[in-house]
Amino acid sequence: MSALIEFRNITKTYGQGQAAFQALRGVDLRIDEGDFVAVMGPSGSGKSTAMNIIGCLDVPTSGEYLFRDVHVEQLDRNQRALLRRNFLGFVFQGFNLLARTTAQENVELPLLYRGESTTTREQMAAAALEQVGLTGWGHHTSAELSGGQQQRVAIARAIVTNPTLLLADEPTGNLDTQRSREIMELLASLNRDKGITILMVTHEPDMAEYAKRVVHFVDGRVDSDVRHRETG
Amino acid sequence: MLWNSFLLALREIRRNLLRSFLTTLGIVIGVSAVITMVTLGNGATQAVKNQVASLGSNLLQIRSGQRMFGPPGSGARAPAFELADVAAIQERISGLAAVAPEISRTATVVSSANNWSTSVTGSSNDFLLAGNWQLAAGREFSKAELDGGQSVCIIGETIRRELFGTRQPLGESMRVKNFSCEIIGILVSKGQATMGRDQDEIVLMPIHTVQRRLSGNRDVSSIQVSVQNEGDIDRVKNELTQLLRERRRLEKGEDDNFNVQDTRQIAETLSGTTQILTTLLGAVASVSLLVGGIGIMNIMLVSVTERTREIGIRLAIGALEREVLLQFLIEAVVLAMLGGLIGIVLATLASVGLAGVMQVPYSFNLGINVLAFVFSAGIGILFGFMPAKRAARLDPIEALRHE
Repeated sequence: MSALIEFRNITKTYGQGQAAFQALRGVDLRIDEGDFVAVMGPSGSGKSTAMNIIGCLDVPTSGEYLFRDVHVEQLDRNQRALLRRNFLGFVFQGFNLLARTTAQENVELPLLYRGESTTTREQMAAAALEQVGLTGWGHHTSAELSGGQQQRVAIARAIVTNPTLLLADEPTGNLDTQRSREIMELLASLNRDKGITILMVTHEPDMAEYAKRVVHFVDGRVDSDVRHRETG
Repeated sequence: MLWNSFLLALREIRRNLLRSFLTTLGIVIGVSAVITMVTLGNGATQAVKNQVASLGSNLLQIRSGQRMFGPPGSGARAPAFELADVAAIQERISGLAAVAPEISRTATVVSSANNWSTSVTGSSNDFLLAGNWQLAAGREFSKAELDGGQSVCIIGETIRRELFGTRQPLGESMRVKNFSCEIIGILVSKGQATMGRDQDEIVLMPIHTVQRRLSGNRDVSSIQVSVQNEGDIDRVKNELTQLLRERRRLEKGEDDNFNVQDTRQIAETLSGTTQILTTLLGAVASVSLLVGGIGIMNIMLVSVTERTREIGIRLAIGALEREVLLQFLIEAVVLAMLGGLIGIVLATLASVGLAGVMQVPYSFNLGINVLAFVFSAGIGILFGFMPAKRAARLDPIEALRHE
């Protein structure tokens, strides 16, 4: 399998001088296309920083980050935005749906920035909602949906553009166990059936079970990198 | 991309209808104030012009001093006219229908229990001719009354009503200041003039009477000249100027210390005031438009702060900096333009209504409407830019973390 993401000695320092804090201290990491990686570690271990850099929301202080052999650390703000638009999908712990906006409109949002026509947007959004099992819920606003449903809408919004990489930041953090399992099943199936590479930050070992590979961060370094026995 | 941003902006405005409305309120008020003020002001100007034009275009007015509304003192230095000037005009210039000297003083007129403070005009019978006045009852001044400066007067309908109520006071007397005056004629009502000035509030006396009893000097403050033939107006104007320069002993090269105006010029002089007033009111109103713009900026800044998280989502999804900028900018501009449109509608309603109340003609002024609309859109751009820039510059990670 070819490398989708490659970190070469990535460091990230926040602040300057005395107050400087090194969040990442030389990380080497390679993620192949089609993988499903769970990132774990205590808070302050650098996992969120790493996610932000992989998600092109932040840039490393030093080191090289290659996304499909493109040097992301050399891209400017707009180029990184375009990379996010075309290749990445985000799912957050707090769902982050637009308030007072219907599920359908939320899912259409990324397509709007891609300049898709109204009919294309509607069709693609409906298809994405169907994939997350929310057919018929399109006209409901976020406030009218349960937590699990909201996260499904968020996942639909993330996959509506057929991204190469789906980044999930504690996607089950705000959900009960039952709902969490359903979301994880959904992510696993997207990885399995659609070949979307998934990178997921989680605190819960139960949820990490669904991944094919678990990377542990401690003190700004990769502490362990374990590949599970292929399941399902 | 522009169309997309426009759709996004409209969606946002719909999502927050009440706030959007409150945001535009300032613009609505500003635009409608500007348009209403200017429209009514122009109406008033037009009304003044119409009124003067209704006097006919064969009227000339001669005043001493260079301008009617010159700086204080400039008119005072110029000597007043005399009755001899009037006589000379009648004698030396041909083709005149009427030459009416004019002097007026404010005085209180009293009849039994009623009194009324008004302006008393001294002139001759030519005043009625030049001003197109008809007698409803009674007669004009006799030669003896004019020459002798007797205490007789012709009064307008308003004076009659205020002093005598329903009575017909012909032959009765009223007291003017400190002398008694016999009413020999009553004028046909001309009705309310524009801007509340009442044309029927008039007391006319022989000029000698006013000079002797009220003004105490032999000055004539202005002369009205009515020309028989409209085509002669320029010739008469020239001859009048020539004659008066001669009589006032002005050297060659010296400026006229009097002015001869035809009705068009009179209209312009009179409407000058309303035009200045219109400009002034329009300027004051446009300040409210500016304040409306600041209101938009204020709300947009609040909106950006409030929607920080949403901006973070948009940026994470892959919105470019300029797309976010454009979205907020267009939102501000669309809000401002909506405000402008609502303002135009309100202004039209208000103008039509107020024009009716003020008795000035209403005419739709395309220029000011377009100007106000474009100006409000401009204000949207001007005051929307800063908040939009702030939104576009947000760090997506910080923005997503924002509560």
